[in-house]
Order: sequence, then C-alpha cells, then structure tokens
Amino acid sequence: MSNQGALSDSSAERITRVEELAYELTIAEVMTKNPVTLTINMSMRDALDLIGKYKISGAPVAKDGKLIGILSTEDLIRSLRDGRIDRKVTEYMTHKVITVREHDQVVEALKMFAKTKVGRLPVVDENNKLIGILTKGDISNGVLTALQRDLEAEELIRYRASHLFEDIVSDRTSLILRYTIKKDDFLHGGAASNRIKKALLRLGASNQTARKCGIAVYEAEMNLIIHTNNGGFLRVEVEEGKIIMEAYDDGPGIPDINKAMTPGWSTATSEVRNKGFGAGMGLVNINNCVDEMIIKSSTESGTNLFMIMYLDKHPNGNEHGSKNHH
Amino acid sequence: MDLKTIIETLDLTLLTDERDFSDIHIDSAYMSDLLSCVMTGAKPHGVWVTLIANINIVAVASLLEISAIIITEDAQPNLETIERANREEIVLLSTKESSYHVSGHLWYLGIKD
Repeated sequence: MSNQGALSDSSAERITRVEELAYELTIAEVMTKNPVTLTINMSMRDALDLIGKYKISGAPVAKDGKLIGILSTEDLIRSLRDGRIDRKVTEYMTHKVITVREHDQVVEALKMFAKTKVGRLPVVDENNKLIGILTKGDISNGVLTALQRDLEAEELIRYRASHLFEDIVSDRTSLILRYTIKKDDFLHGGAASNRIKKALLRLGASNQTARKCGIAVYEAEMNLIIHTNNGGFLRVEVEEGKIIMEAYDDGPGIPDINKAMTPGWSTATSEVRNKGFGAGMGLVNINNCVDEMIIKSSTESGTNLFMIMYLDKHPNGNEHGSKNHH
Repeated sequence: MDLKTIIETLDLTLLTDERDFSDIHIDSAYMSDLLSCVMTGAKPHGVWVTLIANINIVAVASLLEISAIIITEDAQPNLETIERANREEIVLLSTKESSYHVSGHLWYLGIKD
C-alpha cells in the first residue's frame, strides 16, 4: 500500500487497485465507530479495567463528546510504576492528539501512520467531536471488504451479461461489438482483441472459448494493422450458441487465398518481421482456433474474413465443426 | 517452480515493478520470436523466452495470460512497453544470454512442458 503523497502521471498509470482504494475510501468508511472512550473523571484504574475488558491497547479521552486526549498502555505502565493508579486519566494522557478527519481519504491516515508511528488515530468531525478510531487493522479490513465488493460487482456484471440472452426475449437476440483498427497502429495492436476476449468472458463464454476467439481476433486485428491500405474494422456478433467475428477492410485484397493459407507464407516486410510478425501463420492460426473460417477477398473491394465459433453444441452435433474457406 | 527461483537461478534483471515472485508458479515455457507461433504454442501462466523487445509482446502475453517474458541477448524494451507490462501485470525480465541458453537453464530446472 502506498503511503506517498503525490503521484507522478507515469506512476499514476501503474497504481494497483489497492492503492486506488486508499484514495477512494474515506476514513469514515473504514474506521471503528463508537470506540471505547474514557471520560475526564475516570481514574487510571478505571482505564486499566476498560482496556483489559475490551482487549485494546489504548483509548481516546473525551469531555462532553469532544476529544481532549489519548491514553496508551505506556501511560498505564507509567502510572503503575509510579504507584499512582488512582490518579485521573487526564494526568497521564497525551494532550496533544494527532487526529484525522472523517471525510478525508484513507491515504491521509496512511501518511499520518507513516509519519508519526502512532498505533491509532482518533477520528473527529469539524467540531473536534470524537466519532471513531482508526488503526492500521481497520484500514486492512476496509480495503479487503472493498476488494470483495469489487469482486461481487464483477460477478454481478458477469451474471447479468451471461443471462442477457435468457432475459431479453426476441425471435433472435444478438449483441454486436465494433472496433475500428488503424493501419500501422502497432502501439494499440491487440487492444481490441483483449476487449473482445473480456466481453466474451463476461457474456459467459468459457476460458477456452474466449482464449481461442481472442487469438483468432488478434491475428485478424494484426492483419488489418499490417497488411491493409487504410486499416479496417472488427465486428463481433454474439448470439445464443454462436459467436461471429468479422474483419473487413477496403484493400488491397488477397490475390491468392490458397497461398495465404499456406503455413509460413507471408508478404510482411522485413521491418514488420523485426517486430515479431510475418510468421505466415496468421490465417492458419485463425483456422485452427475457430469452428468455421470464410475469407472473401478481391483486389477491387478488399477482404472480408468471417470467423465463427459455436458455443456448447455445434448444429451438426460435431463439436469442432467443419472448416471452410472460400 | 516459482518465478523467484527462476529469476535468482538464471540471474535475470527485473524490468517491471518488484513484487512477490515466490507466489507465481511456473510450470511451462515457450520460446519463439514469431508472435503467431507463440499464439499457438504458449500455455497460460507460463514464461515466454524471446529476443523481441517491442510493445507487441505485452499484448500477446496479456491475451494468452503469460506470467513472465524473458527478453534475451540484452534486448531492451522501451519505457512504454515496461509501463504497459506493469499495467497488465506481466513480469518483464532481461538477460545477456541467448534464448537457447535460457531455455536450457529452464529445462535443467525441471520446466519441461
């Protein structure tokens, strides 16, 4: 967990969800409310009894609800050593208390813990009224609860998305995802495929199916980036039992599809090969990943690549289906 | 085999952020410099040995859920690639040794899948 104050732009991009939570959660959300509180007329013996009873290692001292000090186990030990256990808590408590405010972010408390080495921080409102107490344990619990909430939210999204086709009744329901792929955009190469894979997982596809579709769409995406004149589009249509993935562009077209389907055959330039592409395996990989692959290409109108994946059961009862390319 | 042992034994340089590598279990590896071959050959949660150092390796590793990439022959990825890898939680490691030697070490460590 970060306890640094300012984040640079580049490190801000890398922060983890836990660090994000330190900025999102407020102290009021994670603190212990209504803490065990000592009052000004209590003796050190009363404090010892309370601290022993609740198994805590210190407690704030309040007068009319307002925070005036904090008492720790060390203070108790001092009074025992002095043999003055019957004296008032106000004599032994720390008067200058480091506090945090309820509406501040958890990260402020983390900074305070790092700076001061105190074990607990009383939480006060704008009128110095004691409303809670915060330990590092409270923060850990709060962050874990929030992470659990994230997880449940993702599960809910998945549940809702995967029941889309059951919940919405029509003669034929489908969901269409579209992505624009730019020519030579190696920097974002794979971004659309990753999004498609994630969407398919949310829609209830198995890991295996999402992975295979991801690989097929990645190859198609990279083909649009590397080989087209002007980039192209990816279109994924998901319906019950079937995923149809389509990549299309407006040129230059594939003059000889059979040649393009030959493992190892590639028209990639040496520059592109240096980036790791041009193995001549793209279409071969796609064909191996999906149940059906259809390429339509002409030097006049460009290339249309259809990739179809059947979910659960293939209409022919054959799990892998037939592989066609026209 | 945990990634910590692999990093220590092969004396690899960590390029991405420090984290607890003893938690990352590796039982497969793949070596290729052709992304399409990696697409078909690499298994999820394994390591990938390559001398490609450009940003495309992160997209491929993320799609395939590869845990770590060992970049060989001292090839250096740029800052953008390293930042992307941090975001995608993919460990980038580098070494002066060749892909052949790294693969040999991994085999010797018992990673034969």
